[in-house]
Amino acid sequence: MAADTPQRPLPTPIDRTQPFWDGLRERKVRIQYSPSSDTWVFYPRSHAPLTLADDLEWRDISGEGTLYTYTIARRPTAPDFAGDEPQIIAVVELDEGPRLTSTLVNVDQDKISVGMRVRPVFEDIPGSETTLLRYEPAS
Amino acid sequence: MGLRGEAAIVGIAEWTPERRPTAPPMFTLEQWAQLTREALDDAGIDPSEVDGICATNIRESDSFVPSTITEYLGMQVNFAEVVDLGGASCAAMVWRAAAAIELGLCNVVVIAAPSWPSPRPPNPTSGPSSWRYGASSANYGSPQAEFDIPYGNVAQNCGYAQIAMKYGAEYGYDPEALAKIAVDQRVSANHNPPAVFHNVPITVEDVLNSPMIADPIHMLEIVMPCSGGGAIVVAGKDVARRSKHRPAWISGFGERVLHKTPTYAEDLLSTALIPAADQAFDMAGRSRDEVDLISVYDCYTITVLMTIEDAGFCPRGEGQPFVREHDLSFRGDFPCNTHGGQLGFGQAGLAGGMSHITEGARQVMRRGEDHQVPDADVAFITGNGGLMSEQVALILEGD
Repeated sequence: MAADTPQRPLPTPIDRTQPFWDGLRERKVRIQYSPSSDTWVFYPRSHAPLTLADDLEWRDISGEGTLYTYTIARRPTAPDFAGDEPQIIAVVELDEGPRLTSTLVNVDQDKISVGMRVRPVFEDIPGSETTLLRYEPAS
Repeated sequence: MGLRGEAAIVGIAEWTPERRPTAPPMFTLEQWAQLTREALDDAGIDPSEVDGICATNIRESDSFVPSTITEYLGMQVNFAEVVDLGGASCAAMVWRAAAAIELGLCNVVVIAAPSWPSPRPPNPTSGPSSWRYGASSANYGSPQAEFDIPYGNVAQNCGYAQIAMKYGAEYGYDPEALAKIAVDQRVSANHNPPAVFHNVPITVEDVLNSPMIADPIHMLEIVMPCSGGGAIVVAGKDVARRSKHRPAWISGFGERVLHKTPTYAEDLLSTALIPAADQAFDMAGRSRDEVDLISVYDCYTITVLMTIEDAGFCPRGEGQPFVREHDLSFRGDFPCNTHGGQLGFGQAGLAGGMSHITEGARQVMRRGEDHQVPDADVAFITGNGGLMSEQVALILEGD
C-alpha cells in the first residue's frame, strides 16, 4: 500500500459479533435468529429488537437479497475513502428480511436499479483478519 | 394531552452566518453568555429572571453540561435540560421549555445554539477527531463502527441520497421539482440580508448543472456549512405579556425518534414526521389550511419535499407536482423557509436548526421586514435530526 493511500476504517469485532465475521472468513453469511418471534436479526445484538427476547441463535443463510436503495457517491464520503470514488453504497434487504449496509462491485453503474437481485461477494482485506461482505448483481 | 399555548417565544438572538468567520473564535461558554444576553435584551427581560436553560453539547465539557453553563452565567435554575437530537435538538428544546413552563417549574427559559468556532488548544492531543465520520460513531462497540463505516456509509450526503433514490424508485423522481425548492428558497434569501446567499439568485438550470455529489443530489441541493449562533427566550404568559414583541405562542408539538442509520429503518419512506406532525396539529387544534408559513428543516431539497408530504400539506408521493404548482418564496402562495432556509441562509451547526424557529417566531412577531409574510399568524416548524429519523414538529401562533 502506497504511503499516501488513506487507511480504510476496518471493523473491530466484539465478542457478541465475532460469529458474523468468522462466517464471512468461511464464505458464509451468518446472522441471528430469534425463535420466540420467528424473526431474523441484523446487526448482531444481545436481545432481539422489539421483543427483547434473549434467545438469539446464529444461523447460516444464503446471503442473497434485493437492492433496497443505493447511491453513487461522487466525492469521498469521508477523507479515509479518498480514491475510492465513485463509491456505490448499497442497502441490501436479505431474503430473510433484515437489511445491511454494503457496496456494489462487479456492476455497470448504468445497470443498477432499486429492487434488483444481488448476491454476496466476500472480500478478504489484505494485511488484516477482516473479510468484508460486498454485493454484486445476481445475474 | 398537550400544551395550553401559555408559553411563548419572546426574544431572539441570531448571528449572521459566515462561511469564513470574520470575528475571532469564542469558547462555547462565552457564546452562551453573549447569545443569552442578546436574546434577553431583545425580549426586554432581565437576566435575573431566567430560571431554566436548554442546551446541547458544549466543547468545554463532555458531561455536566447544564451546571457548567449555569455556573458560568451565574444563574440558578429549576429546569436544566440537555437535548441530543442532532438537527431536531432546537425544536425539541422549544417544546420541553414550554412544557416545563406550563407545569409551573419555571418562567423564563433560555435556549441557545452556539455554533461559532472555538479556540484550538495550544497543545492539541493527537488522535482522530470524533467527527472524522460526520455524525457516525467510530467508538468501540458502536454498531456504525462495525457495520456501516467500513463500507463508507457515513456522513449525511450518502444517507439522504439513499432516501432520495428510494423515493424516486417508489414515486418517480423529478429533478426539476427538487431543484425548484432550492430556487424558491433562494428568492427569500435574496430578501434577507443576513442570509449567506443574500443577493445571489439561482435558477433550476444552475442547480441541475451543479456537480452531482451523491446521486441524485446536486451540490446546490445541499446546505452550505457556516459559523454562527442562535438563541431564543421562552417565557410564560405573564412575562410574555410584558415583553417587547408580539409573543409567538407555542400551541402544539410532536416528537418521534426512530433509528440512527437509514439501513435499519423499518420503512425508509415512512418518516418520523408523520406522527409528530399529526400530534402537533391535533394539540394546537389547527388544520393544515390555517398555516400561513412553514419553516422546515432543509438540509437537502429531498428533506423539504418529504416534509411537505409527511406533515400533511399534500398526499404522500405528490410532493413534486405540489412544489411545481406553488411558489414557495415568502411572497408566494405556500411560503416555505422564508429566511431562505438553511439552503439559502446557511447552516451554522445546530444554529441552522434554530434558524427555522427564529424565522417562524420572527414571522409571527411580524418582524420579517423585507421577507415578511403578510398577516402571518400561524407557523409550522420542524426540526430534523439524523436521517429523517428524529423529527420534531411545532406550531407557533400569534394572539
